[in-house]
Amino acid sequence: MIIETRGIGKTFGSVLALREVSMGVAAGQVTCVLGDNGAGKSTLIKILAGVHQHDSGTLLVDGEPVRLTSPRDALDRGIATVYQDLAMIPLMSVWRNFFLGSEPRKGLAFDVATARRVAREELRAMGIDIRDVDQPVGTLSGGERQSVAIARAVHFGARVLILDEPTSALGVKQAGVVLRYIARARDRGLGVVFITHNPHHAHPVGDRFLLLNRGTSMGEYGKADITPQELTALMAGGAELEELAHELERQ
Amino acid sequence: MMRSAGAATADERVGRVGPARRLLIRPELGAVVGAVLVFAFFAVQSPVFRSADGVANWLDPAATLGIMAVAVALLMIGGEFDLSAGVLTGTTGLILVTLATRFGFNVWLAMLVGLVVALAVGFANGLVVTRTKLPSFIVTLGTFLMLQGINLGVTKAITGTVQVSGLRRAEGFEGANAVLAGTFQVGGTSFRVAILWWIVVAAVATWVLTRSKAGNWIFAVGGNEPAARAVGVPAARTKIALFMTTAFAAWLVGSMLALRYTSVQANIGIGQEFIYIIAAVIGGCLLTGGYGSAIGAAVGAVIFGMVEKGIVYLGWDADWFKFFMGAMLVLATLANHLVRRYAEEVGR
Repeated sequence: MIIETRGIGKTFGSVLALREVSMGVAAGQVTCVLGDNGAGKSTLIKILAGVHQHDSGTLLVDGEPVRLTSPRDALDRGIATVYQDLAMIPLMSVWRNFFLGSEPRKGLAFDVATARRVAREELRAMGIDIRDVDQPVGTLSGGERQSVAIARAVHFGARVLILDEPTSALGVKQAGVVLRYIARARDRGLGVVFITHNPHHAHPVGDRFLLLNRGTSMGEYGKADITPQELTALMAGGAELEELAHELERQ
Repeated sequence: MMRSAGAATADERVGRVGPARRLLIRPELGAVVGAVLVFAFFAVQSPVFRSADGVANWLDPAATLGIMAVAVALLMIGGEFDLSAGVLTGTTGLILVTLATRFGFNVWLAMLVGLVVALAVGFANGLVVTRTKLPSFIVTLGTFLMLQGINLGVTKAITGTVQVSGLRRAEGFEGANAVLAGTFQVGGTSFRVAILWWIVVAAVATWVLTRSKAGNWIFAVGGNEPAARAVGVPAARTKIALFMTTAFAAWLVGSMLALRYTSVQANIGIGQEFIYIIAAVIGGCLLTGGYGSAIGAAVGAVIFGMVEKGIVYLGWDADWFKFFMGAMLVLATLANHLVRRYAEEVGR
């Protein structure tokens, strides 16, 4: 296990945002965090990403209890987070975005040639075919943007990749593309935390499933222990099943 | 939504981007085309305009304006405005002439004081904007008014008039004048040294923007500040540095003009701040930040210089200058808008 939480909890004033949640992320595995809105998914990943600090339970990184004090702290331990909204600068080219904040240097200058080449190579290694790394990120589709962000995190030495609802704003095909990159990152030996509220996105790539509801854990399941139908039922309850069945048919 | 992203083979729906189209997506394209057209317009009608002396004549106002436009362009790419830049050229000029003529300072020392004051003003602008998150339009409008008041108030208090003069007699004038306000000869035509400074400023700014880490940060803070911050770009520091760069340019231009005319009017520079912004916009900068070019702003300044002098050569009333600039601004903004849409389509 790279990251493990044991009975972790977080309160904001009088609000119990998260209670007694235990989960783990292993290298080369995908841990899916599922839950409806307000289930505590965001709070959990913000603790893992160093944005919030937990106030009960234990957070272990490489088996050692830690308290992540900032996103930088998390990053330094190899925990990278890709948020769905604020990832990229639309008017800047792919390679400029790729190295933003960690530009390679050549003397005083920004080593533009290296940046272009490495960005292209890294994207290709992830199986992402961006036709032209000079094109502005704003011209990429949502899925491509997520993919670039994932490739970027991998390149900068992430061991754990936290993906905050990477597929939620995407169409069916696009979501499939992102899921493929998640699998690719897993195959490269990264631990992936995949947050989603869509069990049909989670089940194909997930190895472990953590279900959250109203701030508490409804259990962590291995892939063998649970079917997509059971996942859906646990998450949504019977009322919404029909609607989800429709969504399934379209896929 | 329906297109397949990142299939392992090239997407058959994407055509090859030709070199002509690549050229078209450059932000400075509109300015270059505009400059060629304006040059042709005046050159056809006026032999003086296209003569070497004529070129030297219209490059002169283009140079001082261009230095400011380039700095303002960097700031605008970084997503901010500086309305105090014009009047700051007056402030630095007044400091230089007042200290050198009324307090016996050496010209170089007086310039150094002016530089320190300018950088302090730029730093203050940047600090207030980044700390309070107020729009820079408002913050620097406040600075603009305060400096305008100080320029007039202090000048009147010291000299009893609204100008200070007599810099020629000050110690160190000859040297400083040669460096910042002198002339150089090319093929028997004398050009202003300001033109060289302008080229240096534009070249350095272009290098910084396209080939340095700082340039990447400038585009990023102007394009999407929260995202830039999230990946570790020091957004506040970048913006403060940009305000200080603009202030530095104002000092350079203010000192040049003071040395050239050896006297400074207390109301100099007022109204210029919009001309700088217009030149930057003609040069391809977006008002919303995150896009633009330093070369473009320098070329935008050339258009200004050509129109200002060209109208005189044609014997028109100088009032037409304003009309012309207004028309240029609207056309340039429209062209930028189209070019940017085109640029984004290249990637689709």
